Amino acid sequence: MKGIFVDFDALFGHLGQHTVDGLSKGSIYALVALGYTLVYGVLRLINFAHSEVFMIGTFTVVGTWSVLGATDSPAIGTVILLLLAGLVAAAAVSGATAVAVERVAYRRLRRMNAPPLIFLITAIGLSLVLSEAFGIWQGRLVKGMPTVIERSVLFTIGNTEVTNVQVITVLAALIMMFGLDVFINRTRYGRGVRAVAQDPDTAALMGVNKDRVIALIFLLGGLLAGAAALLYCVRYGNTRFNVGFVLGLKAFTAAVLGGIGNLRGALLGGLLLGVVEVYAATLTSSAWEDVAAFVVLVVVLLFRPTGLLGESLGRARA
Amino acid sequence: MTETLRQINERRRHVTGGIGERWRALPKWQRAIGILAFVGFLYYLPLLGIPGLTWFRTDSIPQGNNWAGVLFLCAIYVLVAFGLNIVIGLAGLLDLGYVGFFAVGAYSVALFGSTQSPVVEGLQNRFGLSQDWAVAWAICLPLAILLTMISGVLLGWPTLRLRGDYLAIVTLGFGEIIRIIARNSDWTGGPQGIAAIPGPQGAPSPDNEIFGLIDAKPWYWLVLSVVILMVFAVRRLENSRVGRAWLAIREDEDAAAVMGVSGFKFKLWAFAMGAALGGLSGFLFASRGGFIEPTQFSAQLSILFVAMVVAGGAGNMAGVALGAFLLAYLPERFRDFSQYRTLVFGAALVLVMLFAPQGLIPSRRRARELKDRAKEAPANV
Amino acid sequence: MSDTEDLVSLPESEAPTRTDLLVVDHVTLRFGGVVALDDVSFEVRRGEILGLIGPNGAGKTTCFNAMTGVYRPTSGEVRFDGDRVSGRKPHQINRLGIARTFQNIRLFPEMTALENVMVGTDSQHFTSVPGALFRLYRKRPKPEELPVVDSHNGLVRAWQQTRLVFAKVFGISRHTLEERAGEQKALALLRFVGIADRANELARNLPYGYQRRLEIARALATEPKLLCLDEPAAGFNPAEKEQLLKLIRDIRDKGYTVLLIEHDMRLVMGVTDRIVVLEFGKKIAEGTPAEVRDNPKVIAAYLGVPADAS
Repeated sequence: MKGIFVDFDALFGHLGQHTVDGLSKGSIYALVALGYTLVYGVLRLINFAHSEVFMIGTFTVVGTWSVLGATDSPAIGTVILLLLAGLVAAAAVSGATAVAVERVAYRRLRRMNAPPLIFLITAIGLSLVLSEAFGIWQGRLVKGMPTVIERSVLFTIGNTEVTNVQVITVLAALIMMFGLDVFINRTRYGRGVRAVAQDPDTAALMGVNKDRVIALIFLLGGLLAGAAALLYCVRYGNTRFNVGFVLGLKAFTAAVLGGIGNLRGALLGGLLLGVVEVYAATLTSSAWEDVAAFVVLVVVLLFRPTGLLGESLGRARA
Repeated sequence: MTETLRQINERRRHVTGGIGERWRALPKWQRAIGILAFVGFLYYLPLLGIPGLTWFRTDSIPQGNNWAGVLFLCAIYVLVAFGLNIVIGLAGLLDLGYVGFFAVGAYSVALFGSTQSPVVEGLQNRFGLSQDWAVAWAICLPLAILLTMISGVLLGWPTLRLRGDYLAIVTLGFGEIIRIIARNSDWTGGPQGIAAIPGPQGAPSPDNEIFGLIDAKPWYWLVLSVVILMVFAVRRLENSRVGRAWLAIREDEDAAAVMGVSGFKFKLWAFAMGAALGGLSGFLFASRGGFIEPTQFSAQLSILFVAMVVAGGAGNMAGVALGAFLLAYLPERFRDFSQYRTLVFGAALVLVMLFAPQGLIPSRRRARELKDRAKEAPANV
Repeated sequence: MSDTEDLVSLPESEAPTRTDLLVVDHVTLRFGGVVALDDVSFEVRRGEILGLIGPNGAGKTTCFNAMTGVYRPTSGEVRFDGDRVSGRKPHQINRLGIARTFQNIRLFPEMTALENVMVGTDSQHFTSVPGALFRLYRKRPKPEELPVVDSHNGLVRAWQQTRLVFAKVFGISRHTLEERAGEQKALALLRFVGIADRANELARNLPYGYQRRLEIARALATEPKLLCLDEPAAGFNPAEKEQLLKLIRDIRDKGYTVLLIEHDMRLVMGVTDRIVVLEFGKKIAEGTPAEVRDNPKVIAAYLGVPADAS
């Protein structure tokens, strides 16, 4: 029987477990969603190529680890080294890619004030180029990598087992989220970003360098996508040239869910989406988790047309 | 800054529009002959044997696909592009899930017309019908259009109140949901899909002399005729109160509302008409193939559809037709690069958008021509 | 020409007419703690030109938006011809009989001037997708509606004959009749506001003055009982303003009621029948131009500001 078969026992018997699973899954969505939300908040455009920025991050992690000769479950010191190296490499490469995307695909269009649809198609084209380039270069099959962190149960609450990977994922996402929040709301650069988000022309008149601010938000989005790529590698242990497409879709959904352009919204949306998916997969089968995700999105948008927390990066102040 | 795009546009109009201007300046009868000749050439295309032009045939290369089959696909895509053009080009609504309607159309004929579909089997058992019973192809056609229009309205009703970018993501989700339902439900045949989808002469079998599985030419001619019919239909809509309302909504929805245009109603109509055309093309596609499965309706296809419309020149029927033709034809003709073809496709998309943001044939809608009597009237204050 | 004037004039409605067309009844509007409108009451009488004036930030546009249904009053209500305005959607308000222009011109830039106006005339029409697609709702044509047969070319003449027979046998669709009527009316309106010479040009290519006039023509095309003009003279030189004054008077003479929001005093004094003055969200004066001009409150609040009065 492959129809929709709802199994409440499976969900409510282990509600805590599924919530923890969902949160750790959602953390990755949230980090990628931040990239969409930052760009959307400032430029009001869907950076469709962001998913490939993430994809490139995952391949960078694979590359870095194989250069460093990573093996399955190494010693704790090596683990930290591998994680740090992976993070730095992935963040750097993803960040650079994101900035390059802006430079190649968007800057010219921005100069001519093209309508959003044009940006979208350019981004789609670029996203095809990037993922195909990796498909040709790295092969089209799933690419495995060493399990750097052996999954183990860290602690148990009731019948909920929390693994080290889950803790690392959620914690890392929260820390980066917090860092970004401080950066946007407390620093000089962040003020520039907020100013451009609110009113680009006035900000430019006030001496904010618009191009630099825009490059900065692409860079930030890329760095976070790189971090998400590392977490993805740790969690799933494999990647593929088209890994970005579905994940990008989910992350964008998460951003819209929380209120696109709103940093905290992206976090909330990502976590919520992860939890909803895991719940839905448990209730029925994993085939229906995407449907559940979009149904939740539509329902939320019907009642809160600008997402859960509302939009506007400019007003995302503490 | 606003001027730049406009200038590019004007320049392009200067270059490409020169042909258009000269064309429009011709007497009506000469234009009519030109159009008839072109249409005749389109009908001749599958037989293409003119020396020098045979280079364009896709079977002129090793392992090339059947030429008529490729043309059939091109024609289907042109039909899809017309439908999506109503939604994107005229009403200005970004629909990233158009493949959903294509799939609904295809599944309508599959589920009701094929003797092997679970739905037909269910109906047979329920009403004690014979094993050979299925809904006739000719009845499946209006059924498919009706069902896709309903799905368009169902999707549009809750979502058309959303702003543009939200609409994009919700429609993208809709397309995916249709595919997931098709893959994971029993009544849709699941991942195995459905075979024995009928054509005008019934289920595919060696007896079908005209609309069979082997020769694609009749199918191409059929779809081409539908395309030509739809050119007239869509133009009727364009040059009417409805078309003006769509354009007004695209240009400035608030101002249109103040002028008495009910934005929601006309957006819903745009969705329904776009969906109907998508469903029609899905219907024809499934009939020709005789077999469909969920993987044929991936989200990537939706994106290809949007690319056809935008790269060709959203809002302009000739433009979107050209865009659709090229995006379907070029990858088939240049299979030598088959490994790189998606890559090249993506790069071409980027380049077209960067250097011709208005599409290959920029939308230059025919301005409403004044009737002669109006021109004679004095223009006093 | 008499034909033209018929098209432009507002058709007489047979319903019993009240004198007060639009009533603003004790409207208060608050945004958070800010009181944008404070207990404002006035009415627009049928057939008059009412000026709504006030210094910058006096609440003119807010009041306007409350009248046209953009904002819902916190208390009080706006009635138009006996119907409540607030709570209706913009296109329904247009159906009630209120049309407006925008302070910052909002035409449909990629449509021609004629098409812009036809969007307005469309509000009086009913053709929708089925009607346009299948040319439904056919009517036996009146003699003057039949297609003309006038060509000397044999082929074309045969074609025209065929169309004539077709029209006689099957009638003419509502779509065709509406298109024709709409086009004629739109042209008449373009001629009325004086821009018919560039009817076929895209709205974005029209000069500024033409765009302003086009907006008025588009609003008139919806056959409004009340035409609201939001600073129609903004950016005009004195000569253009003079022409605009004449146009506004002509519009009133065609049977329309006009509400004019303006902060150019001279323009308002020259054309209006009555004036309502707002300051800081309150109505401070109401009366004929002469009364308002002599009102000390108005002089203090408004005329004392030389920048605005010039």
